[in-house]
Amino acid sequence: MARNPQLNKHGELQHLLTTEGLPRDVITRILDTAEPFADVAEREVKKVPLLRGKSVFNLFFENSTRTRTTFEIAAKRLSADVINLNIATSSTNKGETLLDTVDNLAAMQADMFVVRHASSGAPYLIAQHLEATGRDHIHVVNAGDGRHAHPTQGLLDMYTIRHYKRDFTQLSVAVVGDILHSRVARSQIHALSTLGVPDLRAVAPKTLLPQDIERLGCRVFHDMREGLRGVDVVMMLRLQNERMQGSLLPSAQEYFKFFGLTEEKLALAKPDAIVLHPGPMNRGVEIDSAVADGRQAVILPQVTFGIAVRMAVMAMLGGGNA
Amino acid sequence: MKIHIKGGRLIDPAQDIDAQTDVFIAAGKVVALGAAPDGFHANRVIDAAGHIVVPGLIDLCARLREPGLEYRATLESEMAAAVAGGVTSLACPPDTDPVLDEPGLVEMLKHRARMLNLAHVYPHGALTVGLKGERLTEMGELTDAGCIAFSQANEPVDDTQVLFRAMQYAATFGYTVWLQPTDLHLAAGGVAHEGEIAARLGLTGIPVLAETLAIGRMLQLARATGCRLHLARISSRAGLMLIDQARLDGMQVSCDVAIHALHLCDVDIGYFDPQCRTVPPLRAQFDREALRAALADGRIDALCSDHTPVDDDAKQVPFAEAEPGTTGLELLLPLTLAWAREMHLPLKLALARITSDAARVLGLNAGHLKVGGAADVCIFDADAPVRISRETLRSQGKNTPYLGRELLGRVSATLVSGQVVYEAPARH
Amino acid sequence: MSLPDAELLLADLAAQMRPHMTPDTALVGLHSGGVWVAQRLHALLGLAQPPGALDVSFYRDDYAQRGLSRDARRSSLPFDIEGRPLVLVDDVLHTGRTVRAALNELFDYGRPARVELAVLVDRGGRQLPVAATYCATRYAPPAGSRVKLVQDDGRLALRLVQDQE
Repeated sequence: MARNPQLNKHGELQHLLTTEGLPRDVITRILDTAEPFADVAEREVKKVPLLRGKSVFNLFFENSTRTRTTFEIAAKRLSADVINLNIATSSTNKGETLLDTVDNLAAMQADMFVVRHASSGAPYLIAQHLEATGRDHIHVVNAGDGRHAHPTQGLLDMYTIRHYKRDFTQLSVAVVGDILHSRVARSQIHALSTLGVPDLRAVAPKTLLPQDIERLGCRVFHDMREGLRGVDVVMMLRLQNERMQGSLLPSAQEYFKFFGLTEEKLALAKPDAIVLHPGPMNRGVEIDSAVADGRQAVILPQVTFGIAVRMAVMAMLGGGNA
Repeated sequence: MKIHIKGGRLIDPAQDIDAQTDVFIAAGKVVALGAAPDGFHANRVIDAAGHIVVPGLIDLCARLREPGLEYRATLESEMAAAVAGGVTSLACPPDTDPVLDEPGLVEMLKHRARMLNLAHVYPHGALTVGLKGERLTEMGELTDAGCIAFSQANEPVDDTQVLFRAMQYAATFGYTVWLQPTDLHLAAGGVAHEGEIAARLGLTGIPVLAETLAIGRMLQLARATGCRLHLARISSRAGLMLIDQARLDGMQVSCDVAIHALHLCDVDIGYFDPQCRTVPPLRAQFDREALRAALADGRIDALCSDHTPVDDDAKQVPFAEAEPGTTGLELLLPLTLAWAREMHLPLKLALARITSDAARVLGLNAGHLKVGGAADVCIFDADAPVRISRETLRSQGKNTPYLGRELLGRVSATLVSGQVVYEAPARH
Repeated sequence: MSLPDAELLLADLAAQMRPHMTPDTALVGLHSGGVWVAQRLHALLGLAQPPGALDVSFYRDDYAQRGLSRDARRSSLPFDIEGRPLVLVDDVLHTGRTVRAALNELFDYGRPARVELAVLVDRGGRQLPVAATYCATRYAPPAGSRVKLVQDDGRLALRLVQDQE
């Protein structure tokens, strides 16, 4: 099998494609590096010069204004030039292949691609293509591929948990919701297990769980009350609109009844448990407003930390090429 | 043209031969084994010392991409690939463009193949018009045009009434129906075996249930209609067990497995290798072990290459968007030999699966070197390495996970109807 | 030539600086040796403002060659620098590149009234037009080695270490 394409031959981060198989010291280094970046936003000038003169291309084959914006802010705070391309509606529909698009942008002296794509594995294809064509000075950051991975989201969640809870090896963490379709859940689960979380729970109806999820190191709960009992961290997932009707779930109302996070269900977790959500939230579907706006929610800090974590990732990738 | 194949080790499973035996060929037929007939003067002597001489290989499923998909492959390129792989007869599924659902198309294909004078081509006619699973094709006319069975290729028939009637109609005339068992709805959107790997990679899974449910349905319909059924490319252990049970119950049913499914499993997808996207999907390791064993003990009747040339543009895309399929004609022999070696099987048994057993499944008088039979012959060196690369593959499809690998089993010459149609380039 | 005693240098540096300190003056140490020196100077000088600390990893000019430093730490300036007299504090002044990076970082926090530079050791070898306002000693280490400040049981000491490259 091919070498893990996100590490270079020295075992250092070459691309960020997934949290799976990312060594613990690399994850820890990303989180450590993000801490000083978090302070940058507090300054008069919210910018550091690390990526001055570098071009970061936001390659969004699937629209997501929010994710694109956070990457854009992170890159700009590193002084990079940021070029946003929403390709969901442009060239690939005109018959240009993904790799043609990449070749074209590489020819414009790109230094980094931030890639969002509806197909699992698309950023790997790009990274492998860049390597095969001798352009390994260009780095790829996966900003979400299909159901596979959303590593910066997973890492910012780890940053958030560490910020409030410090020691991963003492935690009970529940991931709740549509795990089947969630790249966020996969990135969280891999990072949590690498960081040594001893009690990792997946809470969802059977229709929203992938086969063999236990093999990823989770205990499965179909009863949310059981799943939340005594946990330190509740990680809620977004339920996409299109899943709410049809054969996966009967209705948003019934989903909320069994798997929506309410104050009453949250009361079963530890009193100081924190609640995370990757946003955007569906209030009244996966989370009750009272919880979303309550004292245990750390959803807005997640957003702030997300910028710092993305700055850390880009800064770690962008240097040392000369 | 009289040919004397001299000094080779003849392995002919149909005649239970595995011994150093000379083969004498005249007028396209085998005229003697062992000693030359009286007055035989060879125009050509092929020195097969140290090599193995077998009946030309028979491939149950090879896509030639004609008509309609010539950008993927042409009859010329794929027939050259066939004989370079030692394959002298092949059955092709009807999923061309247009679909092989009209006698004229079948006649044209047969005619083009005859003109090339390489391997024998045995088309499968479409079971339903356009493979749409709605209307029956003119199976009688298609048979007269040269179809030897009827198939839906990889297209399912959703409407059970249609499938029931198609099998009834085929049974009326004794035609065999070939079906690849996959439940349309359970497999919808799926691109990989549903299991840990698909869960990790975030790929939509195709559950084993999609195969077992379809096999159960097909077996029941075959029993009810009396139709002769061949199940193409079984992928799972659970599917095999259903077939075993049906046979215990006295049903006549045959099945095959694709050669890549004997060697690869879902783990080989690695980091989204689109070359490992196949129909049906590469399944779990224990499924692969079950397939290997079942082929060895004959519960799976035969092997096929499931040759599917795909152009680079359709593979250089994210896994789920990649066109499924692998190129296989030139890998069939080396991968069969690898399976035999790894399973410690006698060569005679292993080679039966791609010669005499395959002929039996297709109902052909081929796959043997009996005196009086067609002189379709493959001569190979079982220990010589072949490098699988873009440059060495003759098929227009360079799509295989084995690209860049070296396998053992090099074809040195192929004869079709007594004509040498392929000789390996001299080695340095 | 033996290495100077860091504790004596520290006392000397404090003596040089004392006449120039104002009630508003704040010290800013550069990670990591400069932070130790700044903490000690802060106590010796009895300054009102707690000392700040800068890690210039994000402003280094060798980022493109060497990548991000493996142990980037938080900078912290626990006072408003706008209009304030500042003294940057480092252990050893060499090429001047760290000071350049520190000045750049500092100005991203605001506009100080004045910035001075205090160092224990000036080892020469400047590559930028930078000079220390206060300097306890000049000392050129033998070729292939450099001066490093260590903190041991609350006491500062200088060591010679071999250059890695």
